[in-house]
Amino acid sequence: MSNTISIEPQIDSAIFLDNVSIRYQLPNEVIRTFKEYMIKRVQGHIRHNTFWALKQINLDIKQGEIFGIVGRNGAGKSTLLKVISKVLIPAEGRVWVKGYISPLLQVGAGFHTELTGKENIYLNGTLLGHSQNEIEEKLDEIIAFAEVGEFIEAPLRTYSSGMYARLGFAVASAWQPDILIIDEVLSVGDLAFQEKCYERIASFRNSGATVLIVSLSIDQIRSLCQHTLWLDHGEVRMMGKTESVCDAYQDSFEKKK
Amino acid sequence: MKNTTMIYDSAKRKHPAIEELFALYQYRDLIYQLVRRDIVARYKRSILGVAWTMLNPLGTMLIMVIVFSQVFSATENYAGYVLTGVIVWTMFSQSTNMSLSSMVWGSQLFHQIYLPRTSFVLSTILASMVNFILSLVPLGFIFIVTRIPLRPSMLLLPIYLIFLFSFSLGVALLISTIAVFFPDVADLYPVLLTAWMYLSPIIMPLDFYRKILNGLLLYINPMYYLVNLFRILALDGFIPHIQTWAATALVSFGVLIIGWFVFCSKADTFAYHV
Repeated sequence: MSNTISIEPQIDSAIFLDNVSIRYQLPNEVIRTFKEYMIKRVQGHIRHNTFWALKQINLDIKQGEIFGIVGRNGAGKSTLLKVISKVLIPAEGRVWVKGYISPLLQVGAGFHTELTGKENIYLNGTLLGHSQNEIEEKLDEIIAFAEVGEFIEAPLRTYSSGMYARLGFAVASAWQPDILIIDEVLSVGDLAFQEKCYERIASFRNSGATVLIVSLSIDQIRSLCQHTLWLDHGEVRMMGKTESVCDAYQDSFEKKK
Repeated sequence: MKNTTMIYDSAKRKHPAIEELFALYQYRDLIYQLVRRDIVARYKRSILGVAWTMLNPLGTMLIMVIVFSQVFSATENYAGYVLTGVIVWTMFSQSTNMSLSSMVWGSQLFHQIYLPRTSFVLSTILASMVNFILSLVPLGFIFIVTRIPLRPSMLLLPIYLIFLFSFSLGVALLISTIAVFFPDVADLYPVLLTAWMYLSPIIMPLDFYRKILNGLLLYINPMYYLVNLFRILALDGFIPHIQTWAATALVSFGVLIIGWFVFCSKADTFAYHV
């Protein structure tokens, strides 16, 4: 991150956001059915309130950087991650992202319980945008990492919840990402497996991936990140050196007391 | 590792309807996996397995023939008429209905990762097409048993499949778009389908519909063109007139293009709706 935000992504940029806003149109009453909508429409009762989940965000994260995002619940942290990973397309502003992003997929989402572990690796791998060939190359590694043994040929409904989660993580992390998103504290499987997960994440980091860390734990951000963004009600409250941003963020809590 | 570094730039996007085509090509292995899942998973726990894809329609068809031949015994070659009608209608109604539930299933994924938005609807329709093709085997079997001749014009059926596929996909995309914004459409649609079936020449003889509004009811019904062409090829056994081809092509491709554009232009906002 540099202090002056440029208007174009630079040669060493990994993530670049120019004036990005995300706006939700919330109806003043919740309308969930077509019937209700038609009735309200005829009565002329439909009004929308605009809710800005993100407001004019400018960002330039460089390749290889470890970047932290702090903010309270509902500050727009998850929304920002969704914008970066192309899930939410902003109506205003420009998003530019270079390289493969580690998926935000909830572990095990998209699995089918009637299919075998192996079949699910293919299904889940293609959901993440990989080709059959790419999955084939990684297949043995995924099976070994997931530690499911002979269960790999059994339908997923016979799996324990631990095996289920391990297989999910093994597929999701099989490919070295250019941009690694760490969204939550890892809680997959037992302690030994968590250790393995952390090792894998560390190896991604060491091989030069850009890392985005979203965490409620300030200490974690302080110890890992060079630069940090403080989001508040969808707006950039502060951005810069981790130490000063984190100090200011923690001060804001002190004042409340 | 990927050889080429992908760059996603929201400022350099093509029209969503075009962009979707490129995305689908990139995710073509996903479509294959989803179709495979739909077909394999459905019958996986049964002893007879994939054989059910043929036994299921066979049973339905036998019941149809036995029941309705009693009701409309006066109509000539009624068994063949109702079989050909029902098989097309079943493919259309089931596939469009199932694509609604596949969108519900997929919506949890749309909130987490990027996928081509048409993947789930497209794969559902493709899986139904595979089932339709497989159910042509028991249809042929019943034709032989009930002494309906097999015609050389049946060789043209692959062209017909393109029309049926396009039409079903178009309708599925349209109703899925509406269902994202109004979930109760999923409950409303089966009712609509029932009405549509009785307005189409599926079970009741064609003459019945010809009398209504001088046949206008038939001509404004897109389903008529699809059932009609299938019956000509599979039952009547002559090469259809060029106008028949053109009308069916126009209806099915027209619906597909409209559905595709409507769906794709709204697809960006799907993730905004819970």
